[in-house]
Amino acid sequence: MFEAFVGNYAYFMTAILLSIGLYGMIAKRNLMKKLIGMNIFQSAIVLFYVAGGAKWGATAPVYDPDLGISNPALYANPLPHVLMLTAIVVMVATTGVSLAFILLIYRRYKTLDEKEIIERMRD
Amino acid sequence: MEQLPILIPVPLLVFSFITVLLGLWHKKLSFYSAVTGVIISLAASVLSLVRVINTGPLHYELGGWAPPIGIEYVIDHLSAVMAILITFIGLIGIIYSYRSYSREIPGREVPLYSLTLLLLAGLTGIVVTGDLFNLYVFLEIASISAYALMAVGDNKAPVAVFRYIIMGTIGASFYLLGVGFIYFSTGSLNMADVANLLPGLLESKAIVAAAIFIVIGIGFKMALFPLHLWLPDVYTYAPSAVISLIAPLMTKVGAYVLIRMLLSVFPLDYLSEQLPVTLIVGWMGAAGIIIGSVLAIAQKDYRRMLAYSSIAQIGYIALGIGLANPLGLIGGMLHIINHAFMKGCLFEVAGAIKYRTGIWDINKFSGLGRKMPWTMAAFVVGAISMVGIPPACGFFSKWYLVLGCVDASNWIFVAVIVASSLLNAVYFFRIIEKTYTGEVDSSNPEVETAKEPPGSMLAPILIMASGIFVLGFANAYIVTYLLEPMVRIL
Repeated sequence: MFEAFVGNYAYFMTAILLSIGLYGMIAKRNLMKKLIGMNIFQSAIVLFYVAGGAKWGATAPVYDPDLGISNPALYANPLPHVLMLTAIVVMVATTGVSLAFILLIYRRYKTLDEKEIIERMRD
Repeated sequence: MEQLPILIPVPLLVFSFITVLLGLWHKKLSFYSAVTGVIISLAASVLSLVRVINTGPLHYELGGWAPPIGIEYVIDHLSAVMAILITFIGLIGIIYSYRSYSREIPGREVPLYSLTLLLLAGLTGIVVTGDLFNLYVFLEIASISAYALMAVGDNKAPVAVFRYIIMGTIGASFYLLGVGFIYFSTGSLNMADVANLLPGLLESKAIVAAAIFIVIGIGFKMALFPLHLWLPDVYTYAPSAVISLIAPLMTKVGAYVLIRMLLSVFPLDYLSEQLPVTLIVGWMGAAGIIIGSVLAIAQKDYRRMLAYSSIAQIGYIALGIGLANPLGLIGGMLHIINHAFMKGCLFEVAGAIKYRTGIWDINKFSGLGRKMPWTMAAFVVGAISMVGIPPACGFFSKWYLVLGCVDASNWIFVAVIVASSLLNAVYFFRIIEKTYTGEVDSSNPEVETAKEPPGSMLAPILIMASGIFVLGFANAYIVTYLLEPMVRIL
């Protein structure tokens, strides 16, 4: 049990972060807090990929004449990191668009409380 | 000709930038540049379909890197049909939006045309790509431009869209997590390669998690029944020209992704028998059909009614996916095409009514049939197609779905389809009755002075309405030559 936790602690942490993020997005009433929850959720996915690409005792994925190319275990896997660079760009764009909406909403309703905004939308 | 697959999304992407630049110089040019971009992409889609029919699926290696290392674009029958659908409805929608934008959101046309092209680029990218991660990127390109497009509506739009952003991001992130599980189990992101590698790994819990994450994530994007909460508000408050483009396309492309996972990523029967995910999707669809239709009856706002009806129609597609037999899948795919035309037509009618009268309250519609005869005739065509009366195309997709249910001996699904047709009849025929038999209410000066919308709005509506009949008459051809090759492997 303890072994399983030590070997995979990064994944447990990811799961905890994912739950925190989901809780923030669903349960919080303030729109800004929802957005923060969304960012935590997305960062957890980045950590998940990065942890999956990590290797103990491996070096940067650049060709090293001393190590050769016969043993791929000596190099870290660069692909998850590259994928996450793309994903981070997507996440930044999403955050930017949502921040713009939060600004618009605040200018119109002078509040970011979801319940109050929905009540005011009714009339 | 070797370059055809890339020529579908790239002109849209390039013209999305050209449109902004030309728009800065001269506002009117942005419209023409947007139309040019979509026409190039439409031509490439049609040419690819012709080549796919003649010589089989097209493969394109981006940057010359052979798969599975590089990104690969694959066009088979379904992708080509979807690409034509997206670019055609995009073209019609852009022409339609010319007058609608200038009435509803004057002065902001240039960025809107650019965003529309970006949205279409994302959607066509989703259908042509053969790479799981690339699909995520295109999904988010399409979603982010859709968020921005929809939020320029009235005052309530940003709040509705913010909710959509939260739920859409949960969906996309779940999909990304699922892809992560697949990648760490197989070491590949290429769909065809993953499909080859997965059969040896089916015992692994990671693949189970991947399948569940991907299906839930796409469920958010396609507004599958319990995950649909963002949809009604967004469809009600967005600008009418934008929604007549997004309502037919966004959720349908989500459904396409689910079908793609079923057909070309996960091994045969995995999602349907070993892990009964599709059955759950089917039941969610069935629940969505009934609940969406009942809620649509309760609505007074024409666009909110159409939004709930969209949830019900997505239910049909999900039901076809849930059956996971050839006839059910054909029904689902045919319904993607048909529903895009029906919803496009009905939402464009909504925009035209808004353009001339400014009302969306169904109770005030009485007498509109005499004031706007062509527009309301198109509405009637869309309505009978939604109810499922031949020769309108809606009948034929429901017919294949019923055949699929009978094939799977699932009589409850048959009952659901028949019952929902009756419910559809209830909420569409009450509008038809009101518009044609009701007297013009003198308390509504808007209706008394109403007339047909301008030609650049009426022509798209009539094209969509005649498209409904064309698809209805051509359904045998579409099924035999375009959709059956897709399900032959089942």
